[in-house]
Formats: sequence, C-alpha cells, structure tokens
Amino acid sequence: MRPTAKLALEDGTVYTGTAFGAEGEVDGEVCFNTSMTGYQEILTDPSYRGQIVTMTYPEIGNYGVNAQDVESRRPFLSGFVVRELSRRASNFRSEGTLDDYLKQNNLVGLEGIDTRALVRRLRIVGAMRGVLSTIDMNDASLVAKAKASPGLVGRDLVQEVIPDKAFTWDEPLSPWATLRPNGQHGPVGDDAPHVVALDYGMKWNIARHLFDMGCRVTVLPGTATADEVLAQEPDGVFLSNGPGDPEPLDYAHQTIRDLLGKRPIFGICLGHQLLSLACGAKTFKLKFGHRGANQPVMDHSTGKVEITTQNHGFAVSPDDLPDELEVTHVNLNDDTIEGVRHRVHAAFSVQYHPEASAGPHDSAYLFARFREMLS
Amino acid sequence: MGQAGKRGTTTFPRNLTKGRKRVPRRDDIHKILLIGSGPIIIGQACEFDYSGTQACKALREEGYEVALVNSNPATIMTDPEMADFTYIEPLTCEALTKVIEIERPDALLPTLGGQTGLNLAMELSQKGILEKYGVEMIGANAQVIAKAEERDQFKAAMERIGLEVCRGETVRTLAEAREVVKEIGLPCVVRPSFTLGGSGSSVAYNREEFEKLVAKGLASSPVTQVLLEESVHGWKEFEMEVMRDVDDNVVIICSIENFDAMGVHTGDSITVAPAQTLTDKEYQRMRDASLAVIREIGVETGGSNIQFAIHPDNGRMVVIEMNPRVSRSSALASKATGFPIAKIAAKLAVGYRLHELANDITRETKACFEPTIDYVVTKVPRFAFEKFPEADSLLTTQMKSVGETMAIGRTFKESFQKALRGLEVGSFGFGCDGKDLWGTPEQPGLDEVHTKLASPGAERAWYLRYAIKYGISIEEMYEITGIDPWFLDNLVQIVELEDKLRAQAGLADVSDALMRRAKQYGFSDRQLATIWHVPELDVRAERIRRGIVATFKSVDTCAAEFEAYTPYYYSTYEDEDETPPKQPNKRRVMILGGGPNRIGQGIEFDYCCCHASFALRELGIESIMVNSNPETVSTDYDTSDLLFFEPLTTEDVLNICDRVRPDGVIVQFGGQTPLNLARGLFNAGVPIIGTSVDTIEDAEDREKFAAMLRRLGLKQPPNGIARNMAQARAVADQIGFPVLVRPSFVLGGRAMEICYDAKQLDQFVREAFIVAQGQPVLIDSFLEDATEVDVDAIADGEQVIVAGVMEHIEEAGVHSGDSACSIPPYSLPGPVVNEIREATHAMARELKVIGLMNVQYAIKRDEGRPVLYVLEVNPRASRTVPFVSKATGMPLAKAAAKVMVGVTLAQQGYTREPIPSHVSIKEAVFPFAKFAGVDVVLGPEMRSTGEVMGVSERFSIAFAKSQLAAGSHLPERGKIFLSVAKRAKRHIVGLAGRLESLGYDLLATKGTAQLLDQAGIKVTPVKKIQQGHPNLLDYIANGDLQFIINTPSGKGARTDEGRIRAAAVAAGIPCITTIQAADAAVMAMEALREEELSVQSVQARFPQYGKKTSE
Repeated sequence: MRPTAKLALEDGTVYTGTAFGAEGEVDGEVCFNTSMTGYQEILTDPSYRGQIVTMTYPEIGNYGVNAQDVESRRPFLSGFVVRELSRRASNFRSEGTLDDYLKQNNLVGLEGIDTRALVRRLRIVGAMRGVLSTIDMNDASLVAKAKASPGLVGRDLVQEVIPDKAFTWDEPLSPWATLRPNGQHGPVGDDAPHVVALDYGMKWNIARHLFDMGCRVTVLPGTATADEVLAQEPDGVFLSNGPGDPEPLDYAHQTIRDLLGKRPIFGICLGHQLLSLACGAKTFKLKFGHRGANQPVMDHSTGKVEITTQNHGFAVSPDDLPDELEVTHVNLNDDTIEGVRHRVHAAFSVQYHPEASAGPHDSAYLFARFREMLS
Repeated sequence: MGQAGKRGTTTFPRNLTKGRKRVPRRDDIHKILLIGSGPIIIGQACEFDYSGTQACKALREEGYEVALVNSNPATIMTDPEMADFTYIEPLTCEALTKVIEIERPDALLPTLGGQTGLNLAMELSQKGILEKYGVEMIGANAQVIAKAEERDQFKAAMERIGLEVCRGETVRTLAEAREVVKEIGLPCVVRPSFTLGGSGSSVAYNREEFEKLVAKGLASSPVTQVLLEESVHGWKEFEMEVMRDVDDNVVIICSIENFDAMGVHTGDSITVAPAQTLTDKEYQRMRDASLAVIREIGVETGGSNIQFAIHPDNGRMVVIEMNPRVSRSSALASKATGFPIAKIAAKLAVGYRLHELANDITRETKACFEPTIDYVVTKVPRFAFEKFPEADSLLTTQMKSVGETMAIGRTFKESFQKALRGLEVGSFGFGCDGKDLWGTPEQPGLDEVHTKLASPGAERAWYLRYAIKYGISIEEMYEITGIDPWFLDNLVQIVELEDKLRAQAGLADVSDALMRRAKQYGFSDRQLATIWHVPELDVRAERIRRGIVATFKSVDTCAAEFEAYTPYYYSTYEDEDETPPKQPNKRRVMILGGGPNRIGQGIEFDYCCCHASFALRELGIESIMVNSNPETVSTDYDTSDLLFFEPLTTEDVLNICDRVRPDGVIVQFGGQTPLNLARGLFNAGVPIIGTSVDTIEDAEDREKFAAMLRRLGLKQPPNGIARNMAQARAVADQIGFPVLVRPSFVLGGRAMEICYDAKQLDQFVREAFIVAQGQPVLIDSFLEDATEVDVDAIADGEQVIVAGVMEHIEEAGVHSGDSACSIPPYSLPGPVVNEIREATHAMARELKVIGLMNVQYAIKRDEGRPVLYVLEVNPRASRTVPFVSKATGMPLAKAAAKVMVGVTLAQQGYTREPIPSHVSIKEAVFPFAKFAGVDVVLGPEMRSTGEVMGVSERFSIAFAKSQLAAGSHLPERGKIFLSVAKRAKRHIVGLAGRLESLGYDLLATKGTAQLLDQAGIKVTPVKKIQQGHPNLLDYIANGDLQFIINTPSGKGARTDEGRIRAAAVAAGIPCITTIQAADAAVMAMEALREEELSVQSVQARFPQYGKKTSE
C-alpha cells in the first residue's frame, strides 16, 4: 500500500490522494499540461522548474520510460500529479516504470485525485502556489506553507537548471522522431555553420534539431556574456527555453542586446521573451499559461496554422511593443503573441516549441528558417 | 548590420503583417447534392445519418440549398426539414441522374454518405453524368477517391512518401510464389484473385501450408493468380482521424487504439480512444504519416480515416488503408472528443478554413486545433450471431457486428466495464453478474478458455476474465491474443479488485474507500450486489448513504482548458460534478434512447428519440438525452439540451435522475431497452410520462391481454402458454398444427418458429426454452396464408388517430420487421380497413394509451369471409414510425412526444387520419452477404438490419423502386429460375405465364417444370444438385441466371434449396422466397415495361413542406 499524499493550494483547497515516486515535500506553482502523450519529455523539460505539473490525461505511465526520450539530464520540476498511474509499462522501447523513474530522480508524485477538478480550479482562479507532501498531513499547515511559498514571479530559476560549463552538442534526433530515419545527420565539412546555443534550461531536442540541420552546436550556459558568445565565432546565436519569469534575468537581456545585429538570433519560449525584453517589450504573467501539444498558431507570413507544443506562463505583452518588433505568429485561442521578428536585425523568436517533444512536428520549418540565415 | 543580418532579413516574405488572405465561403456554388448511405447494413449504420444530418444543417446554415438522396426512410436526414429537396429514392446511378436532371446542383459532396455514397459519386463521374450537368465534386474528387481506394494506386502513393504498406505481390505459378515468400516471409496471406465475393483468402503459417494454399488458390482463381501478402496478424492496430482544409491546414481529431490486434476487423474490435501505448515519439511519427497520407492522396478538404499496424516488438509501422471520407470511426471520434467532424467537413468543403470555424463547445476557440481529452473512451461491438446459427462466428477481417456501444470513464477500467454493461447482452460489466459462468456448473474448462482466446468471438472479453481467473499470465494471454499487455494488466486489476471485494464479509463491512474504488473501477451496483448476495437497490442505497455518488463530467474537446458551453456529460466517481442546475420555470424531460444497434432495434428508434427531443425543444422544455450508441443522431451534442452518454441500465439512469431531477422521463421511444427499465425506474420514483408502466406491462401479459380482447369483442389466434415440454405438446394438441412457438419477453422474434408437426414442435420448443431463460414459451395457432397488417396509432387520452395501416406483402409468419409492407393497404377491402381502424381505436382507449401504439393484425379468410385477428399490441413507438411519418407526412414521434407532455392532438392541429395520395412500400434489407452459406428464407425470427422505401402513385412501381433500393435488381430480360413448394404450386402457373409473356426464359426443377409444361408454358428443366450437371449452381456460377423465385419447402443451409439460395446471395442474384413477393415482383416487372421510373422530392409530394420547388 502506497502512502497518502496531499496537494494544498494557496486558496485553501486540499486534494488527497496516493503518493508515488519519492517521499518528501515540495512547493511550486501548480499548473497543468493537456498533452496526452509525452510525460517523460515533460518531466525532463527544465522549463518546469519550480512547478508542480498536473497531467490532464488521466492514464499516465502506460508506456513506461526509456533513456532516449529525455529533454535534459534529469527532471527539474517540483512535483508530478496524475489521475491514474500505470503500474505496468508496455512498450517495446520501455526500460522501466514511471514510478521507479520518479523514485530514482527523487521526485514526489501524487496519484488518484480528481485532476479535472484541480484543472478547472486553476483555469477559473488562475495559476496558484501549492505544496505537495507525503510528510505533512495537516491541511491547515499545508495551506499555510503554500501561501508562504515563493512562487515564480520575480525569481531567477534559470540559474538552477543551466549547465555549469560550455559543451559541444553531437546527438542527432531520435530515429523515432522522423519518418525517414536514415537521412544525413550532423554537420558536414569545415564550413558547417556554427551555432552557439545559450542554454537557459534548454530542451535537448532543440540542439538535436540544430545538429540535424547540419550545424555545429556549442552550448553555453545562459549566463554567458556577449563577448563570451562572440569568442566562439558563431554564425548564429540561439536563445533557449527555460523556466520562470523572464523579467529578472537582466544578464540575459544585456547579452542579447549586445548580440543584436552582430549575429542572427533565433529564440524559443523564454528565449523569445528575452529577445523581446531586450528590444524593449514588456512581458506579463498569463492567468494559467499554455501547456500542451494542441495549441493552434497562425504564421502571418503564410496564413497557415500550425499545431504547436507550448509551455509558458508568461507572454510578451502586445501593449508597448517596440516598433522594431513585428508580430509574426499569433495564438488562435487567445490571440496572444506567439512569435516576433526584428524589423532591422536578423533576429526572430517564437513563444512555442518548434522542437516539439512532446508534441507535433508542424513547426520544424523554423529551424530551416534559422539555418538559412546562417552563412 | 552584417552580412548575415541582411540575408536573415530577406528570408522573410514581404507584407508579413497583412495577415491571412481571405478565402471566403464559395459563392460560385448555390445548390449542393448529398448522397446518403441507404439502408442500415453491416458496416454502414446510423453513423452516416449522423454525418449526413450534420452536413445538411451545416450547409444550410451557410445559405446553400441542399438536395439529398437516400433510400432509407428511418433517417433523420430524410426528414423534410433537413434538406431543401429530399429524395427518398433508390440509390442507383439512374435515380441519381434523374435527381440531378431535376435539381441541377452545382456541386456534389461525396464524402459523407459512407462507401455507398462514395461509390455512387464515382459511378456518376465515370459515366460522365457529373460533367454533362456541370456538377463539381467537392471535398474529394474522382482522382483522389481512386487513389485512396484502388490498391495499386494507393500502394504507389504510399511508396512515394516513404511509407510502408503490407509487402506483397501477385504470382501466377508456385515457383514465383516461392520466390516472393522468401522476401515477405511467413505467416503470409494467400488471396486468390477474382474469386466470387473475395472468398478463399487464408493465412499460411508454415512452408507446407503455404505450398498447399498457393496451389489451391491458383486452381480456384479464374485467372490463375494469387496475391501473396505479408501478414500483419497480431500487430497492434491504430486509427487516426484527420481533417484538412483548402489551405492545407491539417489536424488530427482523434487517435484510436484497437484492443483487439490486427486480424479482427476494426468494426468488430473493441477500440479505445485515445491511443494508450504509444510514446510521444511514436505517436508523432504516426501523426506525421497521417498528414503525409492525406496530402499525398490529395483529399482537398474534409475528414479521412487512416489505419496503421505497428509491430509490437520493433515499432515497424505499416499503413493498412485510408478512407477519404467520414466513416464509422469518425462518428466514434466525434462522440469521443466532442469535435463534430462531419459538420466541419461540410463547411471545409465549401471553402472555409479550419481557423475560420468556431469550436462550438468552447465558443471562444477555433475548430483549428487538436482535441485533447481527459477521459478514456471504449467502444465495444455488438453481434447477432444467435440470429444466424449457421454463420461462422469467428471474428476475421470481414466485419460481422451489427452495432456498437461506447462508454466514457476517467480510466480504461471504468470505461471498459461501463461499455460491457452498455452492450445490453445481459452482462453488467467484466463478470460478477447473472451471465458470469465462473464458479457455476457451466464454468468453462481451461481448454475451452484457451480456444476462446485464440479464436476471437463475440464473447472473448469475458473469456479473458476466465483466463485471468485460471491464473493464465499476462504474457501468455498476450502470446495467444496479441492484446497489448497494458490492456490485459488493466483487466487483471479489475479481477484483483473483484477478489478483494469478494473477500469482504458483506455490503455493510466494506470500507468507504474500497466501495469508492470499486465504483471508480466501473463496477456496477448489479455486480456488487451479485458479489455480496444482496438486492441491487440495497447497494445503491448504501453507497448513496455513504456519499459515494456518480459525478458528471463534461466532454469539452480541451480537457477543461476552456469553459465548455455544450452540455455533454458522462458519469464517473470523482469529487466534482459539472451538471448545470435546473433552470427555474423550465421543465426538464428526459428521453431514454435505444442503446447499441441490434437486429430488431436500430435507427428507427433513434429517429423517434431525436424527434421527441426536437418536439420538447419546440415547446421550450429542456430535453435530456440518454444513450450509449455513438453512431446515432441522438448522441449528437446539439440534438438535445443536455446529453448524457451513458449505458442504459437502471443504475445509470437513476444516477442521472438524481442529479438532473427530470419532470418527466419518456421510455416509449427507445425500443425494448428503456421499456425493460421502466418498472425499476417507476418503482424508484422516476416520473415516467405517457402511457403508464402498468399498461405497458398489461399489454405483454397474455392473460390480461386476452381478457381485454374478449371485453372488446376482438379475436386472437387460439394460444397457450407452456412452462415445459409436456405442456407445450398439450397446447399444440389442443389448438392444432401449424403452431407458432416463441419465448416470451424477447425482441425481434428471437427463436420464433412455425411448427407443422410434432417433431418440429419438440425441436423448436426445446430451443425456445433455452432462449427464454426460465420464462415460459408461448404457443399460438399459426394462421396459414393470412395477411398481416401493422398499424401505428397515436392517442392523447381523448382522441385516437390511426396514422398508418401497413399491409404486409409477405404472409403472416414472416416477421413484421422482415416483411415488405405497403401504405395504404393494397389488397384489403375497405370494410376490413375500417374494422382495423375501429379495433385500434378501441384498444388505444381501453389501454389508456398516451403516445404511440403499434398493433399487429392478421386477416384470414374463413369460409370466404375475412376475419380479423389481433396478434400483438405494443403501446410504444414501433420500428415503422419513421416509415409511416415519411409515407404520410405526419411527424408521428414528434406529435406523440408533445402529447406526452400534455399538448393534445387537437391542440397540435391533428384531427384526422392522414390520407396519402401515393403508395409507399417499405422493404427490408438483410445481412446475408456477410454470412456466407446462411439460408435466406424468411421466417418469424427477424434478421433484417435495415429498410428502404419506394414511393409512387402506383403500387407496382413503388414496389419496383423498393426492390431496386434494397439492391434486388429486377431484370429486364434473361433467365428466371422457378421452384416452389407444394403449397405454392397453384400460384406458380399464373406467375410463370406472365413472366413468359414478358419474354423471360424460365428454368425450373422437375416438379415445377412438369406443372408448367402441362400448362403450356415453355420451361427448361434443370437438375437437382445431387443429380449432377448442369444444375442450378452451374447457372449461378456462370452468371447465366438473373432472378430466382424459390419458396421453401425445407429450410437450412444444408438443404439443396438452402444451398441454392445461399449461392444466389453470394453471386448477388435476387432471390424471392415468398409467393406474395413474387407476385408483387412480377407486377413490378410488368409495370416497368409501361412506365419509366421517375423521382419526386418529399417537399413536392407534401404541400405542407413544399415551400420550395425546383425550377
């Protein structure tokens, strides 16, 4: 019999279910992801740092976990909530159960609560701070802890997930990520373009895409300065996704400002927000964010719609958007900005995740766009 | 700015912010032709009424005129309000050409009428008719359809986009075959080319079998060719529902994973949405493949369904097929996600793009997205093998199921158990119910369990439980069945919980947590009651006392990310309930639907339920629909104000009533399903409206019924009840042969037989007792050569209106559902019709009917005088209600629903019987083609799956149209085989003479030939089968026979004539088995010489709907 676990929200709601994974107590912003597949990619996405993630799809763990479908070196999120944890992993690529995976990674999980009720609460009230515990079973105490927890706003979570030093990327996309797995991978020859990826908590599939595009990829910690970047003599700079609030990351704003116009820049998610901030835009916190693999985005340049993977709680504000920035992509659900480009410099970014993983591959063309900008 | 910058900037097209180019709705087309899918048959059921109805609504909403052709009167789409010009006409190229001539549509939307609609559209295109009249195919054109449907083209297309299909090749010699098999390996499918009905396909598992099968196949193929194809038997099977718009935006609406592995037709498989066992990588790969397929095939706009097989050990993906149209699976996907595929497909066909269409459910978001769901959907097929005992009940790649039920739960376990009880086969979940054989003397042995797992049949799900009970491991079950271990493990979890529940001392000793868990695992109160040996209602009371009550969650396409405005719900056991509170001053009335389609209960009842809902909404009453059949219009989220997608059991309905507190519940529209619940619901305090539950039961009670008829001075055939064989013999002795034997309380004439002697009596009574399951067997005197009449009437407590008097073409003894019939009566004398009318009035008043009533009468000549017998009264909607409505123009079900909520017939403006000015013939359609070798002779047991309608001013022409519509082509010339039983000999001479004068060549067996010869009719005698060649089977095989009239003297697939009839079905030769139908057919053949068939819209036929006329 697994022990009881509780999730308390700052509004006083407490959900009681069964613990899985590791024992312990964590706090974080409680959010939900509507993707029906890809829990392992979600678990290892560093952008979830500081968050307790609820999956809306109720059956989780069905296909187990494997060593390949990961987006970073380990899970960074605070806690994981599911309606029904599969005790059996069934897939020819599976190497273990989700329960064991969480245990190995010291992650606290909660199973068996009315996750839809939780999601509806988050949708109606907005994202909330919460505490997930297998230790403290006192509701009042848990709610108090939730209220006292730091939340995301104004915090620099990037520092907690970035790599400690630079490294070269040399892994291609998974053979399962494409219909034609036997194509050419990686850079060819000495004049292959060189991309420096500023890692703020980068999902590895981004690097895999850049690599498969034929780029040499050097990953630098997101704290790197423009000089450090330029010292690598890159043909282009990539700004990665990452956790939390983009506003307090002054060092990143500065670096990007310094790089603008010097090298082509492509940003994803947090990278998009940072590029926008560096250009003078503002960001704001969404009520409960976009997290899932079914968000429709229109590319204004083609009028076509792509189904995108998203994971963001902040967005670039359409008010006071600096003239240099042009909105290129818009979310069809709520008309939020999903992509911008610089009118003068070679720089563009998207709020969503063209590297998918988990999610549809509709937006992979953006990597090609970036590739074309590199000499 | 550096070099790179410049280049970078120029990679963006100019005018970035100009936004989307405007491709509005097409203004160059005004009128659109839709083709329905015709009668309900196996593989094509109400789902195409659902899609067609949605399309009609969607296109008219956009201001287009819609012309619709469908031969099936039991559809909502053929209601005169649905389209502008509705043609209930045969679905033939000729009839459609005539419709096109009259209507001159600008466009034809071919993708919403199933395979029938698609094939007809292709025929119209190939014959140049579309071109001649300037009709454009929208959605998918002929090239696209051919590319998707034709094997070689499809294979080539898949190769172009780098996708695999099953490897295979056609060979002409054994040597070639040996070469090919080296490449594709064993097991391998061996398929002889161009055999009749595609028969003879089999799987070779080893070298020896392979050689044998190839040799046999080459011999049996008329062109000495066999197709060898790699077998994907046992692989995992998936389906993707894809939509594409004119701008090439493509989205996946739903993924479906089959519980049953490849080898069982997806229509016969238990299926689950969404896919459960694919990692995101594998899922996205399949998504990429789906997008590539729809683009390569070139479906311009609309929905498609793509099937994949995945090798469970290495993930190898093979495309099985693609349907470039909406399908049964897309109906399922629509119900499973809340995304209305057919509606959106119709709008895309006229130029809209996905992002220009709203998502009705969330309102604020667009149709351009991929639904995400936060529950699990399970579909379980329903079979009817008991009706076709001679058919092979093994599930194969040929679809055999007649219906399906779908259930929604928060987990697979819950939805699976809900689906099993929603199937209405006497099971209330995964065992632990009255049907559970475990622990009983009939418990299947281990060997039997192994066999049942290895050979999939209708009941394999329950045998998996026995296997688990026997301790067979998941690995072994997987090895035998190919069912994914994830599914099997969930079944094991259910059984483990069952064991835990059984270990409890009793209901009172169970902890709250365990009871809640049982409910969350989908256990029904009935199962728990069985486990703890208490009445079901005690379980219900106890769990309500403990606060363990069903909560209802919304189906919202988006996993609660956005607010849902469409009230579509399912039950589960969670914390939060989402049903809306009752609105003050607004009445709520609930309609109970008919559950899964089965023979005897199908679309006709769904039609009635939909009409009830429409009627309530017209009156400003909140309508609540409860049903579990995903194919139907009734489970469309905009048919009713609230939709509950739930099994139709007492427990599930009471749970809904607890929440929504209806002011009334209607049980008389959904067929036998809700009637079976009526007593339980009534006793639990549910307000049943309309005819009282007591009356419904009284009509079923033989003694009360007999007493009523005596009071009213009406006759019924002599009859008796038997509880054992001795009583049965005594009753038969008393009333004399022939007798009609049937079990009580069953539907569709199950196990009903006519006995002409004591030997037959013994046999059939024995079978009837088995089917009756403890209930008595009814024995009636069988009225030979009597005419049967069906009457549908409506009553409001004051007034009774006979809406339709239907004279059957076939004699009494053929089930009314299988018999053709005519409105108005075509041979009955006026006084008899009056007598029928009066008897109907008298019974409706006596029974205090509020709503609909159906009566079956027989008229038998006694000393030259017609005598009226009452066979049966059913105070509820009947199968014929839609037919009567279409024939008379009176919307019977709607009127009845209004009567039930207190609006009298007079208030509705109905004061007189509707008198149609034309003749409408209903003809039944049978699934014999799917059950090779089954005898097609009609009898008291209903076996038809669907119906068509033929209309004309003349009876003969209406009959001809009904035959055409039913797929029985009446030949203009050629050979007709005659063979009649003794009883029919006196009729045959006249018929043969008429056929001879029409110029047909007649063939007959010896007896009949002699008879005709004596009468001076030219006839060619043919040998009986055992007399050698040439016998009739040779004529059939050579395609040298056009029509068969064969009235049976014996029955069964093993008899000579049974083999002839089965062979005729396989060869597609019309085979008429009653002398009355033969007479009508000959009349029709005569009429067709004088008159060309014409078509007329319903709106033109009935002035009340004829607001518009073409031209």
